[in-house]
Amino acid sequence: MYLTTPITQDDIKKMKAGDLVYITGTLYTARDRAHQKMVDAVNNQDELPFDFEGQIVYYTGPTPAKPNEPIGSCGPTSSYRMDPYALPLMKAGLKVMIGKGDRSDTFIEQMIDQKGVYLQAVGGAGALLQQKVISSEVVAYESLGAEAIRKLEVKEFPAVVTYDIYGGNMVKDEVKKYQKRTI
Amino acid sequence: MRVIKADEITKVVKQLALDANHDIGESFIDLLRRKIKEEKSGIGRSVLEQIVENDEIARTENRPMCQDTGLIVCLVEVGYDVHIQGDLYEAINEGVRQAYDEGLLRKSVVKHPLKRENTNDNTPAITHVKLVSGDKIKITLAPKGGGSENMSLVKMLTPAEGIQDIKDLVLHTIFYAGGKPCPPLVVGIGIGGNLEKSALIAKEAIFREIDDVNPDPILDQLERELLQEINELGVGPMGFGGTTTALAVKINAYPCHIASLPVAINLQCHASRHKTEVI
Repeated sequence: MYLTTPITQDDIKKMKAGDLVYITGTLYTARDRAHQKMVDAVNNQDELPFDFEGQIVYYTGPTPAKPNEPIGSCGPTSSYRMDPYALPLMKAGLKVMIGKGDRSDTFIEQMIDQKGVYLQAVGGAGALLQQKVISSEVVAYESLGAEAIRKLEVKEFPAVVTYDIYGGNMVKDEVKKYQKRTI
Repeated sequence: MRVIKADEITKVVKQLALDANHDIGESFIDLLRRKIKEEKSGIGRSVLEQIVENDEIARTENRPMCQDTGLIVCLVEVGYDVHIQGDLYEAINEGVRQAYDEGLLRKSVVKHPLKRENTNDNTPAITHVKLVSGDKIKITLAPKGGGSENMSLVKMLTPAEGIQDIKDLVLHTIFYAGGKPCPPLVVGIGIGGNLEKSALIAKEAIFREIDDVNPDPILDQLERELLQEINELGVGPMGFGGTTTALAVKINAYPCHIASLPVAINLQCHASRHKTEVI
């Protein structure tokens, strides 16, 4: 499936767990510390670093860019660390998240309730994903360095829909197919 | 007594840090290629293909293979007949500083675990020194990623517990870690010693050559059995499901107290980066 940002409600409805999607448009990067700051902004009713409506947050902290390149290596970081921040941000309109790894049951319930969707890119594929980024610009929290919020323009950025609004869970379904040993 | 200047150590550490981040090595990529053929899951194969492509891009274009360019761990063996002119720890940190600055690597170290302010030069490295015979210095260096380190643990078992309990602990840890430590993994296990010794030998285990054979027959058998059992968990590449969850299991053991059976599990992601040089 090919998607162009901003992501509409219809796009979210179309995304089913297990779908491979290629995203063209804008991603906003954020990881632990930027999430803390965004949640503080929501709680204090301060101005948000970008308008959340229809936007995608990508959990990454890139390496510095080489000269004349938009960004360095930029694979996804573990998403579960962002679980404690997710609900207030989803309530404020940030519904589409890209990262790596499983998330808590609590997060999944909140996400379904908020009609959000969670996608994964391939962890550790930082050099490969770098090549999907056309431009990058720091838009907030510059002092955080690699953890600042960057606005990325990407072309056909690959991700897999992991949890959808219908309760679909790609990880559970796929692991079950190959699990020969119970824990 | 052979004199080795701190500058020489700095130069070597800088080069090892750059090489480790850029080039995982042809033999490791070949191993991943073989795993693509063996992997039963279609999504799993596609993940492995992306990892191979990524690692090829990184080594040919001199880019970090992963944006998590790690916290540097150095295992240093210093010969008794070496006199280091200068400060060993500072020499290593200076090498890290230069590599991360000039090499455009991410600075991923905070000064204080609770204040969490970045040191902005990726120092300090975690340096373990061992004194050995001879007049050389051997440095093994790894940029260790946070994702796999976060899924690692130490558990103090008791002597009544045995091989099956160790296996259960390993399998449980890897199953519930799922995609978070970025499988396919190299699983380092330390059995015995005490709390910190078990963790250290588990770390040393992930630095072993990927295809070496454990000289201890009991550990060799345990490594083989665990590798097979881990790959029956279904976790697969990046936790997307499949038959390639671990590439290798490496177990180191050490004598321990009559009351104890310490077990440390140190997970290494598929960006299994470590380089060695002898000065």
